[in-house]
Amino acid sequence: MIMQRTVLISVTLALAAVVGSALAAPVNYKTPDEVAAFKPGPNLEVVQGNCTACHSSDYINTQPPMKDKKAFWQAEVTKMIKVYGAPIDDADVGKIVDYLSATY
Amino acid sequence: MIDRRDLLKGAGLAALAAGFGATKALALDTVTLPFANGERPLVKYPQKRPMIGLTSRPPQLETPFAVFNDGPLTPNNAFFVRYHLSDLPYNLDPDKFTLEVKGKVDKPLKLSLKDIRKMKATEIVAVNQCSGNSRGFFEPRVAGGQLANGAMGCARWRGVPLKAVLEMAGVQSGAKQVTFNGMDGPVSDKTPDFIKALDLDHATDGEVMLAYGMNGEDLPFLNGFPLRLVVPGYYGTYWVKHLNEITVIDSVYDGFWMKSAYRIPDTPNNAIEPGTTPKATIPINRFTIRSFITSVPDGAKLKAGATTLRGIAFDGGKGIKEVQVSTDGGKTWASTKLGKDLGKYAFREWKLPVKLAAGTVELKVRATGNGGEIQPDTPRWNPAGYLRNVVETVRVSVA
Repeated sequence: MIMQRTVLISVTLALAAVVGSALAAPVNYKTPDEVAAFKPGPNLEVVQGNCTACHSSDYINTQPPMKDKKAFWQAEVTKMIKVYGAPIDDADVGKIVDYLSATY
Repeated sequence: MIDRRDLLKGAGLAALAAGFGATKALALDTVTLPFANGERPLVKYPQKRPMIGLTSRPPQLETPFAVFNDGPLTPNNAFFVRYHLSDLPYNLDPDKFTLEVKGKVDKPLKLSLKDIRKMKATEIVAVNQCSGNSRGFFEPRVAGGQLANGAMGCARWRGVPLKAVLEMAGVQSGAKQVTFNGMDGPVSDKTPDFIKALDLDHATDGEVMLAYGMNGEDLPFLNGFPLRLVVPGYYGTYWVKHLNEITVIDSVYDGFWMKSAYRIPDTPNNAIEPGTTPKATIPINRFTIRSFITSVPDGAKLKAGATTLRGIAFDGGKGIKEVQVSTDGGKTWASTKLGKDLGKYAFREWKLPVKLAAGTVELKVRATGNGGEIQPDTPRWNPAGYLRNVVETVRVSVA
């Protein structure tokens, strides 16, 4: 146990030295490339155009399997519009809900 | 033992090689969390070891549970990450950073990091836990970030009491609440900015802290560099990251993230009948009491005979009085030996030597707090998937 913690501390210090030298300048933090992608399905382009402005597709992909998929995804899309102000055209709402219910 | 050391060393070297401005995710594995649709990638971010990736934009990372067996302080590079909105201050300049204190104060302030670091520092060891930690285990399932038990961590936070900063500014009479805004914000100006509020009494209790240090280092970027709010005993939603705006108000803040989001049922145990809707709600507040076995994962194969079980417990700030373990599925319970007390807001380690007979064994762990709060045998349920603290069970096969 003691040895484990010693190694951990030395690694941490080494990291701190590297990170510390970067602090005099702007952080310039870079996240890894976004690799998650939407599954193929109907109206995929409408979904990509509307959803990805604010969040990555894994937000959708990791939701639990629900019994009533249509009601679940309708509620989620409504929340995005009403609560988070997503500028989704009325004509696209049904298409997005159809894609999500059929694909996830 | 050797394996873990090598792993640690490997992760550290990988982090060094990747450096601060890595753009490519290292090729890593996936993990499967123990609920439906629980497959997740292991992802490598700058300043972090491989973490369970929940979402990439904004970044949300869960701590691999085995980390909690390594000690009561969660390493910075393993600490969970949760954001709501995707516009992060990736290029913030710590030399130009200012914390503004305004509103119902006599003397509005603009403090640099240097100003804050010059003030008398305090430290506190405290658990931070996401309100939605363990949401993936809710039955029936609910929408939201589908986390297992790794959206929590305990660190030694260093900074200045919020009380000291508010005293410098001079809170005016009639003030009711203090609001907190960070540099991260929404992509669309129609999305409500992430702003949280605390009652003035709470904000000036001397424990709520403006933290710049975490386990002896600067805060990692994804944990709120260069300054975050620390609200001991309270869910992470209040621990605003990249904190740069504090406003004293003479009303109760009614922004979306207080008035509509992060609400729990206003019932005696904050639970309701599964699948129903609460009649009234209140803002989420203190942690419920929890405990975990960390030395043995679910599904492990163990040798019959003597072994020592280890784990952690924590609560909303009364402190842990007792942790009990059952090796017979909850029929009988034995009291464990508690580890060093790092403070009433910290992870409290426990251990217990046990003898396991061959067969399938259900190990259970149950904590009792100094205030008498005890973990329930059946899970509480609410529509947002908050406050989970059912007695945890680890199933092992012994041969």
